[in-house]
Order: sequence, then structure tokens, then C-alpha cells
Amino acid sequence: MNLIPEPLAFELSSPGRVGVSLPTCDVPVTAVPASLRRAELKLPELDELTVVRHFTRLSQKNFSIDTHFYPLGSCTMKYNPKANEVAAAQPGWKGAHPLVSDDRNQGAIELIYRLQESLKAIGGFAGVSVQPAAGAHGELAGVFMIRAYHLAHGNPGRVKMLIPDSAHGTNPASCTMAGLTTVTIPSDAEGGVDLDALKAACDDTVAGIMITNPSTIGLFERNIEKIAKMIHDAGGLVYGDGANMNALTGVLRPADVGIDVMHFNLHKTFSTPHGGGGPGVGMVGAAPVLAEYLPGPIAVEKNGKFSMEMPAKGIGRMKAFNGNFGVLVRAYTYIRMLGEEGMRRLAESAVLNANYIKVKMEKVYPVKYPRRCMHEFVAMGNFVDGIHTLDIAKRMIDYGYHPPTIYFPLIVPEALMVEPTETESKETLDAFIDVMLKIAEEAKTQPELLHDAPHNTPIGRLDEVAAARNPMLCYRS
Amino acid sequence: MSSIDKNARYRSSHEWARKDGARIVAGISDHAQDALGDIVFIELPAVGKTLKQGEAFGVVESVKAASDVYMPMSGKILSVNGTLTGDPALVNKEPYTGGWLIAFEPTNPAEWDGLLTPVAYEAEAGKE
Repeated sequence: MNLIPEPLAFELSSPGRVGVSLPTCDVPVTAVPASLRRAELKLPELDELTVVRHFTRLSQKNFSIDTHFYPLGSCTMKYNPKANEVAAAQPGWKGAHPLVSDDRNQGAIELIYRLQESLKAIGGFAGVSVQPAAGAHGELAGVFMIRAYHLAHGNPGRVKMLIPDSAHGTNPASCTMAGLTTVTIPSDAEGGVDLDALKAACDDTVAGIMITNPSTIGLFERNIEKIAKMIHDAGGLVYGDGANMNALTGVLRPADVGIDVMHFNLHKTFSTPHGGGGPGVGMVGAAPVLAEYLPGPIAVEKNGKFSMEMPAKGIGRMKAFNGNFGVLVRAYTYIRMLGEEGMRRLAESAVLNANYIKVKMEKVYPVKYPRRCMHEFVAMGNFVDGIHTLDIAKRMIDYGYHPPTIYFPLIVPEALMVEPTETESKETLDAFIDVMLKIAEEAKTQPELLHDAPHNTPIGRLDEVAAARNPMLCYRS
Repeated sequence: MSSIDKNARYRSSHEWARKDGARIVAGISDHAQDALGDIVFIELPAVGKTLKQGEAFGVVESVKAASDVYMPMSGKILSVNGTLTGDPALVNKEPYTGGWLIAFEPTNPAEWDGLLTPVAYEAEAGKE
């Protein structure tokens, strides 16, 4: 990494300097009325080479899956095969115009159709929509669908969504955005949903449950079928958060255990770019009970001809045109490269890798729920007095690792959530384990090394508290 | 070891409630502020709002996490601690005094007896 701190473009600015020369104006000059003009617009004034160097140096400071191991729990930062990029860069895909008519866009619609069919098979669903642009966007679509179902069945009073306390924070946020209220369901001693608390919450105001399986503590919810039945018996529907699908592809179809609607994060499970803006796709799959409420348009095939159609009772659009189409091309490429057998091996390797690290790390880093994990596990970083998970995370940066997710899920104190994914070699995992054990040793013998970390970065430990309490969001000279 | 206010009653979700004449004053426990770490933002309810026991009345956000805070008893909000808007760290420094969150009029005073005593809460918080 380039360790020299990079100044802001504003600090590189020199009055009167320009990076472009515009041609002579060949139309009459009309002055913008003074009332519409700002007295002073403080834009940086830079020449072309300075701009090129500034952004190139910034890009060299980037941390990415292409440069380093990135075990960010709950985020599935797997390697994105370059073949995906080759496919997405084909001129036919890249140049497709979003307003072209269906009959001249058969190839693109067929790809959407095939991707829909693939995810229907992987999830066991009756219908799938490519519309939503991210995981939480998919959640919102799913909650709208559940709401639309209850309204269509004359149950406007079903407004209560049950959400386990281990859920992603986006779940309650999606419900609130859809106008529903949320009720938190506590976890039991084993890290699963507390069935007694769930039973007590099941009444005729229940819209449904939003459940993540494996849960955010990386554990398979063994009562999933029981939970789905309780919700269905109470007249509710089951939303499955597909964020952790990387543990299940080819092994378990969510619809088979009672999930009525679920989103797939293509930017996690299906190897499309994640972080740095993605863009993402949160495709939504639905069981027969909810399929007609899916957002549209959906790719449909009739006698070998493809078209985009709106579902009759659908909740409408979530996104313009056909969603983030370039991402769909990448995900479809990936699914076809792996095939059915590869899908299963993906999940098996993801689970094996996580358990391998867990077994080696848990001798030093305590794990609150010690049973076998799925694709990720949650350790705790508070095993030495005066050392917090934050200190461990910052020290990891010095060794060239992206810190895992920390302080989430909230039900594990000092949480440190590791998800290696299936794309890492045993050598990478071993090197990571060695560093984690070394940091644990440093925590005991040289705690100041951790307190002051990171040391090997252009900027050291940031004062996150001051930044949050007194944010300065604009450049001031 | 975190401190405890012997005159208050508690919920297992780490809120405290204390009688102040006819009204109840509430906040989060020393254990809760310690677990959250440096608090950077606090959202409090509108005065006059009526909330049921266990309903979320606000949000306490630290650099680690944003957590809902729940009504220890049912009641109508009489006042909120406006000082916290400019100085949320007060909850870290004085969770039982200057860092109080809300004062409310209890609509079901009998709920008081169902809250955890200081001894029971200490035992519960110690398990975490």
C-alpha cells in the first residue's frame, strides 16, 4: 500500500489552473441571470496530470478482494471470477439499450429468464423477480408483498412483523419503511429463536416473521420448520433473509422449509462485485402463495419468444428498466460455470472453511455458541483485560487483513464475526489463523501495540467518537 | 464492575426506573452504557406521547451500535432530557443522574412491582 497520506483535491488546488481547454464558443453568449449565480463556488482548480495522479494514488490505497483476504462476517466477500467480467463486457450486453422493444431484446430477456429459472431451482420458488437493487431493497419488496397479500385477503389489521434479536438491522428498517410495526423475539440459550416468546407473540395481528437462516451468529436454525408452521398457523407469512445463502446453495431449498418469500444477494452468494458501490441486486423469490405479488416486470417465455410482463397483482416496480442488468449477466455466468454440482460444493466449502478457522481460533478467542457453525462464526475479543474487539480489528489491518465484522450481532458482547467464504485456499486460512493467534499473544504481552493500531497505514487510529459527535462533512480552508 | 442505583428498579433490557413523586424517571443502566461504549446520539420521544410497557421509546447510538430503549412501565411522557442532544456523553458519565432519558406519568403503577430489584438485576447483568 502507498503509505504517504494523500492530500484532498482542494489542498492541491491552485487559483486559475485548468485541466481542460474548451473550443471557442460558436453560439451567442447569454449571461446567466445574477439571481441564479453563486458569488463563489469553491471547486478545486487542477491540471490534468495532478488529477490523474491524485486519483491513481487514491486507487492504490484501495483495499479489495483482489488484493487481500477479506473475512468480513455477514458480507460474503468472495472472489469474483474475472470470467464474469468478460461475459458482462460483451458488446451485446454492454451496449443493450434499456428502451429497446422486447422483440429486439430477445437475448437480454432470455438471460433474465434463465437467471430467474436458476434461482427458482436453487430456492425452490414458484416465481422470481430481478428488480430490487440490493438486499434491503429485496426485503422491502418482500414486506410490501406480504402486506399486499394481507390487504387482498381482507386483513388490514395484520401489521406486526416478528423479528429475532439476531436479525440484520435492515429487517426492522424495511418493515418500518413499509408501514409495519416490529416485535423483537429473543434468542434462546443455544442462539436459536426462543419458541415460547414466538408463541406468545403469535396473534391475529401478525403479518409474518423475518428470519435469517443460518442466523447472523452463523448457526443453522434447527427449528425453522416448526417456526414456519407456527407463523402459518397464526395466519402469517415467512420472509427468509437470504443474506446467508452461501451456506445453503445446492444443499437446502428455502421454500422446502416453509419460506414464502426471500431475497438473494447476487453480490454475495453469486459473486458479483460487493462493496465500493456494487451495484447490488437483491432478487426476490416467492412460493406459490406470494408469487403473483412479485415486483415486475418479469421475464416470461411463450413458444420460444421472450417478453417482460408485470404480474397481475404485483406490487409494481422497485427499479427502472430491468434492474442492474450488468450484474445479472455476471451472476448468470457464475451459476452456469458452477452448475448444480458446483453450487453444492460452494456451500460445503464455505462451511468447511469457517469451521476450520473456528476450531483453530476458539482455543484463544471464546465463542459464545460453541456448536458447529455454518459459513461464518462469531468469536469474542474481550479475553484480555483492557483489550477490546476494536483493538484487535485495528491490529489486523497492520497484518494486511480486512477486519471482520465487529460489534454485530448485538447479542454477542464484543463480537468478532469471521466469514472466510469458499474461495480461499488452506494456505490463506492458515496464515490468517497464525496472525489471529499472534495478535492474541500481543494483547497479553504488548497491549499498546493493539491500542495504537493501525501502525502500517497512511493514517493511524481515527477518533471515531469525535467524528460521530462533531462531524465535519465539508472541506473548509 | 458496573455500578447500580439501589433506589431504582430495572428491566432485563437494561433500563432503570425510579420514583420521583408521582412520576417515574428512566434511563439506561451503568452496565448498558459500558457495554455500548461512547454514546454519540440519542433519540427521545415527543412529550405527551403514550407508550406501553416494553415499547421502544427511543434510540441510544454508540460507535458500536444503535439500540432501542424500552419503556420500563406504561406511561405518558412528561419530559425528556434535552441536555443529551448536545452532550450525549452524559449518559456514559452519569447514567443514573445527569444522564436520565425520560420522565413519565405511569398509567399502570402496578407494573412497578413486576420490575427487577437492584439485586435481581445485578445477578442478571452479571450473567452476560
